[in-house]
Amino acid sequence: MLDASAPVVHQHAPPTSFIRKWVFSVDHKVIGKQYYGLALISVFLGMILSWLMRFHLVWTNAAIPGLQLISKNGAPGGVMTPEYYLSLLTMHGTLMVFFVLTNAPFAGFGNYFLPIQVGAEDMAFPRFNMMSFWVTFVAFVVLIAAFFIPDGPPISGWTAYAPLSAVGRDAGPGLAWGQTLWAISIGLFCVGQLLGSLNFIATTLDLRTKGMTLSRLPISTWAWFITSCIGLLAFAVLLPACVLLILDRVAGTSFFIPAGLVISDHLQPHAGGSPLLWQHLFWFFGHPEVYIAIVPAVGIVSHILMASMRKPLLSVKVVYSSMIAIGFLSYMVWGHHMFLSGMNPFSGLVFSFPTLVITIPATIITMIWIGSVYGANLRFHTPCLFSLGFISVFVAGGVSGFFLAQPSLDIQLHGTYFVVGHFHMVMGVAAIFGILAGSYFWFPKMTGRMMNDTLGRLHFWITFIGVYCIFMPFHYLGLAGNVRRYSSFVDDYLQPLLPLHKFITIAAFITGAAQFIFLYNLIYSRFKGAPAPANPWDATSLEWSTTSPPPFDNFGGRHVVVYHGPNEYGVSGAHGDFIMQDSSEPGPEPVPGD
Amino acid sequence: MSTIALQTDRGVRPAAQNAPALSGIWVAIAAITMAFAAFTSSLIIRQGSGDDWRHLALPGVLYLNTVVLLASSLTLEIARRKDAANLASTRSWLYLTFALGILFLAGQILAWYQLRGQGLYLATSPNSSFFYVFTVMHALHVLGGLAGFVYAIRRTLSPSSWRTTTLDAAATYWHFLAGLWVYLLLVLRMRL
Amino acid sequence: MGKLLAVVLVLIAVGSAIPILMHTWWMPEDISTHGHMIDRQMSETMAESGIAFVAAQLVLAAFVAMFGDKKDGRKAKHLPGGAKLVVIAAIALVGTEVLALGVFGKDAWAEVYFRKPVADAIPIQVQAEQFGFYFRYAGPDGKFGPMHPEKIDEGSQNFFGLDPEYDVESRDDIVSASLVIPMNKEISLMMHAKDVGHSFYVRELRIQQDFVPGLDIPMHFTATKAGKYEIVCTQLCGLGHYNMRAFLEVKSPEEFDQWLKQQSQ
Repeated sequence: MLDASAPVVHQHAPPTSFIRKWVFSVDHKVIGKQYYGLALISVFLGMILSWLMRFHLVWTNAAIPGLQLISKNGAPGGVMTPEYYLSLLTMHGTLMVFFVLTNAPFAGFGNYFLPIQVGAEDMAFPRFNMMSFWVTFVAFVVLIAAFFIPDGPPISGWTAYAPLSAVGRDAGPGLAWGQTLWAISIGLFCVGQLLGSLNFIATTLDLRTKGMTLSRLPISTWAWFITSCIGLLAFAVLLPACVLLILDRVAGTSFFIPAGLVISDHLQPHAGGSPLLWQHLFWFFGHPEVYIAIVPAVGIVSHILMASMRKPLLSVKVVYSSMIAIGFLSYMVWGHHMFLSGMNPFSGLVFSFPTLVITIPATIITMIWIGSVYGANLRFHTPCLFSLGFISVFVAGGVSGFFLAQPSLDIQLHGTYFVVGHFHMVMGVAAIFGILAGSYFWFPKMTGRMMNDTLGRLHFWITFIGVYCIFMPFHYLGLAGNVRRYSSFVDDYLQPLLPLHKFITIAAFITGAAQFIFLYNLIYSRFKGAPAPANPWDATSLEWSTTSPPPFDNFGGRHVVVYHGPNEYGVSGAHGDFIMQDSSEPGPEPVPGD
Repeated sequence: MSTIALQTDRGVRPAAQNAPALSGIWVAIAAITMAFAAFTSSLIIRQGSGDDWRHLALPGVLYLNTVVLLASSLTLEIARRKDAANLASTRSWLYLTFALGILFLAGQILAWYQLRGQGLYLATSPNSSFFYVFTVMHALHVLGGLAGFVYAIRRTLSPSSWRTTTLDAAATYWHFLAGLWVYLLLVLRMRL
Repeated sequence: MGKLLAVVLVLIAVGSAIPILMHTWWMPEDISTHGHMIDRQMSETMAESGIAFVAAQLVLAAFVAMFGDKKDGRKAKHLPGGAKLVVIAAIALVGTEVLALGVFGKDAWAEVYFRKPVADAIPIQVQAEQFGFYFRYAGPDGKFGPMHPEKIDEGSQNFFGLDPEYDVESRDDIVSASLVIPMNKEISLMMHAKDVGHSFYVRELRIQQDFVPGLDIPMHFTATKAGKYEIVCTQLCGLGHYNMRAFLEVKSPEEFDQWLKQQSQ
């Protein structure tokens, strides 16, 4: 079994009861699947919310059958009220950013695969790991509870700017208990993420198996490690912000609320607080958060691309160094969300510079990807398609950021659909493509069955074309000055834009419907898919050296020793054009041009 | 390029050094530091955003509590330096440290009561708000440290599973909280 | 599959570019004195970003078409120049773009935000509230009377909480639901929020600025063309956010003086 040089993990015997096996499990693989499952529920819920919103924007006065059953006040007779639109908008953003984009690529796949990829038997602190999922689950329940209270969910957006979010019911529906539940939910979410980051960092540093040096870590592990470092410091700021917000709301403090506010004819009993303080705290978290959403996807896509191209990237070191640079810079740019906020205009220029500079490592990574495709032997299975699609949409989303990084252009584009187009392209599309690529790639390992590749390709084509049809037009709307977060379009200048909105809505329904192909494939294949071999993709990293699915302790008692880096593709290996990390065969000839 | 020879690195350390508890504690310390940095920034910005800053005289008991907390760090270090063969002695000093920790918390509660006695509640002024936020947040983390001591004390009762890393981790965290308290006391004194 | 992906990528690149090139949906005409700097910045950024976007999609398409697995045992090879070439190219391309846009962009920003309004700019106070904008002119005495939040009364249209009985300066203040201004004269706005955060956006003027409760934020501009333009709120402020609008009416100097006189009566 284990010898003296084996890494020490708190040994726990395999569980036997159903509860210990599938509910309160300390096994990182189960926890990873639990996070993924939570993200899956959240993404479909978030998508349905977006359908309701898109429908309402185009057919504002039409009744949506059944909506009145979900909310009597929010949709009397099925016709959505303006405030309910804003509630759905808030919940859509909150679910997607937190419960999908932080949960799936990072907590989901990371929990499942990081320990395996470093050759460990589990995470460093399995019980904290279990706690982190259940805290996140409670956060989810608290958030969803806001749908079922009479006054409904909050209407302040996922950004919850003060004083709208801080003063309470006077400022609008959903701003009493709805907003408080939101703040509690997010606070709990922070705790869950901090516990998760703790595990990721300690496991990467301390539980690597023999021969697994830092430079031999798979690029996906690098990405999870870097993300957990970013998240550690970011969520550590959001939690205090939520605490202060809750105090303003329930304890009568005035951290964010200035004097003299008259809302609904009531002079508010607060004084001295600063709404900008909320913005600074929120965005100090909020900007790194978007990199938390994208960096794991960058790692996953890089990982899958190499297996798909049958060659390593031009330089993996450059890619993860760029990821580290992005991590650092992400803490210096938060003010670009606040160019027009009333903060000192000089700060605008100060924040603009690192925002523009962050383009450089992002461009380097993108150009490394594209440059690496040259000379490849691409295998166009579904994970590969989504990875290539990721490159395309990542470029699309990245270039629109270039506009918003300049404060003078932000004057015209802030608060418009241009911003919405930008962040949906990078987060709502690119990061999701990373999750989908990872899903198709790792499903065989996690379940022992293959997904249907034909359905996968169908899913890809409709989705890839569909997302461009939905989100590219957002940029045109923004250039025309279409303001965001409007529940309907009544202004004169918006009327000529309605046909484009209709096009978007229809594209959204079709593209959204295609996601059910994925869901069907997921569920069907789980039970009826073809049995998966240990290494269906001829990949090199350690997860492919164990069974599909892995045994309880990941490697079946085998003490894994690593002899090679993770990128030995396109070489003369014993089993083909690759060498697995734990293979004791000698190293390859360098790839031409290396 | 890669060869068949193994590379020596952290991945090849002897078992005893591999326990991740210490990495975990430092990661936790980084996060907690960041959180209190956020609270400190909030204080600085809030002080400048309104004209309702009312100077608050810190209750004297806070200084006594500081001495108690620092003393507990001392007793903790003594506990750490005890021979691994003499776990009973380690345990005794841990009990003392734990008791001093409880005493610190009791002293903080007394400070809150004293403030209440002066009519200074959570929302009375921004100064009092920050006083309670800082001291309560610190106290919550002290509770966490005390839980860590309970865990460590339990482990001293079974010498076969005793590892110095457990106490090292708990000690690192506890000393950090002491240092954090000194910092908070300075901030409270200078700013409130 | 590679060829199909390549075709789709090309179609996407071309399809995305066409509405931009044709300005199918674009910024409205600029009626401000500083807007031309923003517009030029926008066009330059669009050109550079557009080229980068299209080039990336096309190169990716080409490579994807050319380098599928032909299953002929051919070994994978690297791009000549390797990572070094790519890194240098990325830094050179993006570095120059970044520098250029950053350096030139600051002038537009500075003009709007760093320069103080000219001495004879017309001061107008703007108050944003749930859900409308109201505008206050100082009147002949050139002074704005103090605001008393406790005196705000929507019913009697005392939006600013003025107390003309007690405050002399308030007596001649003019409150309007439209922002009426003369052409070619600098306007100095003082922006005040009554309740929550709002924002002031006039697309044609190329200006946008948040209202922050607790702060009084200055803004200035000069309009160059007469007409009626929409002022819309761009900061989520509650259920009526979508409906929060006022009109900017740019008049000739004579018409403006006439309007002002009418309001005083």
